[in-house]
Amino acid sequence: MREREPRADHTDKVSLICVTCPVGCPLEVTVDGSQVVTVEGHGCKRGPAYAQDEITDPRRVVTTTVRVCGGLHPLLPVHTAEPYPKHMIFAVLQELRGLTVTAPACVDQVILKDALRTGIDVLASRDMPEKR
Amino acid sequence: MRSLRCDVAVIGSGPGGLAAAIAAKEHGAECVYIIERAEELGGILQQCIHNGFGLEVLGADLTGPAYAQHFINRSYDIGVEPLLDTMVLDVTPQKRIYATSSQNGIVEIEAEAIVLGMGCRERTRGALAVPGTRPAGVYTAGTAQRLVNIEGYMPGRRFVILGSGDIGMIMARRLTFEGATVERVLEIMPYLSGLRRNYVQCLQDFGIPLQLSHTVCEIKGDRRVEAVVSTAVDDQWQPIPGSEQLIPCDTLLLSVGLIPENELSRQAGVEIDPVTGGPVVDQGMGTSLPGFFAAGNVVHVYDLVDWVTTAGEIAGHSAAEYALGRAKPVTHRLRTVAGDNVRYAVPQWLDPEALSLGTQRLQLRVSHPMEHKVRVVIEADGEPIWHRTEGYVRPGEMVTAKLPPNLYDRLRAAQVLRVSVREPQ
Repeated sequence: MREREPRADHTDKVSLICVTCPVGCPLEVTVDGSQVVTVEGHGCKRGPAYAQDEITDPRRVVTTTVRVCGGLHPLLPVHTAEPYPKHMIFAVLQELRGLTVTAPACVDQVILKDALRTGIDVLASRDMPEKR
Repeated sequence: MRSLRCDVAVIGSGPGGLAAAIAAKEHGAECVYIIERAEELGGILQQCIHNGFGLEVLGADLTGPAYAQHFINRSYDIGVEPLLDTMVLDVTPQKRIYATSSQNGIVEIEAEAIVLGMGCRERTRGALAVPGTRPAGVYTAGTAQRLVNIEGYMPGRRFVILGSGDIGMIMARRLTFEGATVERVLEIMPYLSGLRRNYVQCLQDFGIPLQLSHTVCEIKGDRRVEAVVSTAVDDQWQPIPGSEQLIPCDTLLLSVGLIPENELSRQAGVEIDPVTGGPVVDQGMGTSLPGFFAAGNVVHVYDLVDWVTTAGEIAGHSAAEYALGRAKPVTHRLRTVAGDNVRYAVPQWLDPEALSLGTQRLQLRVSHPMEHKVRVVIEADGEPIWHRTEGYVRPGEMVTAKLPPNLYDRLRAAQVLRVSVREPQ
């Protein structure tokens, strides 16, 4: 949780850095409870949307690897199809640690469906041919 | 010895090489070889399993392997011929490539045009001269990345990372995901050297401390790293006595910069820019040697893969034109030089005639960060011809200047283009 600086009118001030694109705009957000009141410092419209999500439901794309049996490499890189709830990152990593995929695998193939009942699939990040 | 001939030979199949090979095919080169020492195409992208690739070029947020897959598939569809598991040993100015592979032995490739796409290498402990013993457990961040993401080995359990480059921060998160502890990230400069979003999602998200103006002054350990000693540094990067701290750890990762890999370019006699560490290039990515072009991080280290792809496309297009005898002879070139707070600008040579074909890009890196509005100014023989205001400039983020075709008349007879970043007027 980020540090909140309480203000006289019961709102809090939160400083964020937008991670939507490589620019990394510094955002100054005023928050009333879990409601975003104002956002300043954004360079485009994705900034306020990021601030809203980051305050109420922070998410990140999770990327890791799973074991492969009979593949060119022993590991297959995988990613969540959408940004995943931040507080569940280590839980989904644990789930993926227990999986083994059999080669060949294809890019965007579903590796774990509806990961931990979030409705978000985990997908293969590349083709994995069989070992020659 | 096996002998091959082709229109365009591309050395290296990372994003720059792949883009160059595809572009060469698209622009009419019939036979295009892409020579790769690994057993598959894609280069270092295959170990960069995090996302954040492709927003500029493909309009999608992809992982490194997925970004590579897109271009690998395209290269196969268009008929680029890969020579895998093949290591180039020598390149002659006559455009002959000598390579070796376990399957074919020594291979000679005679090309009409060559694209250099060897990418870059990481700075090592030797380049930093960190004092102390020489135990096991000191890795560059990219080596650790390969071990963890491709080969499936953890290089340690308790890490200190020196350097706040993007690879170092991304590895801090990756190692945390795999159950290791990252004690802290030390950065000798007073500012972050990677992107701020990586600071947020790789360090801040997991409570990994970052210490600016700090470095490692000693590595301790007999067989294996047992600890490192950190120290604060002053504004001359000199250790401040009394600020030392002992940090117990078993592994030190170095993320302290990348250097273009040009051993082959030098062997061939290509002129190298001592500042970038890469070939001196013109606006078509042509080097000082006729028929030799350079694609991507081999020229200078880009911060986004998307720009490597764009640069590779330019190099591949130029190589095809040259191979097919369609390249126009150059009659006049301007030299671009670095002015105030500019470390370097690429390309180093600009043919004003190119402006008649469209907008030309100059890319530059600043020496020092300026966290307020600045003016990027370009002068031709001392006369200002172009300027733009930027909200900030940072050494870790390249600045692109787009020179419009209507500058042709002002540049036609000029000799020197000076690029500067200054305080606003």
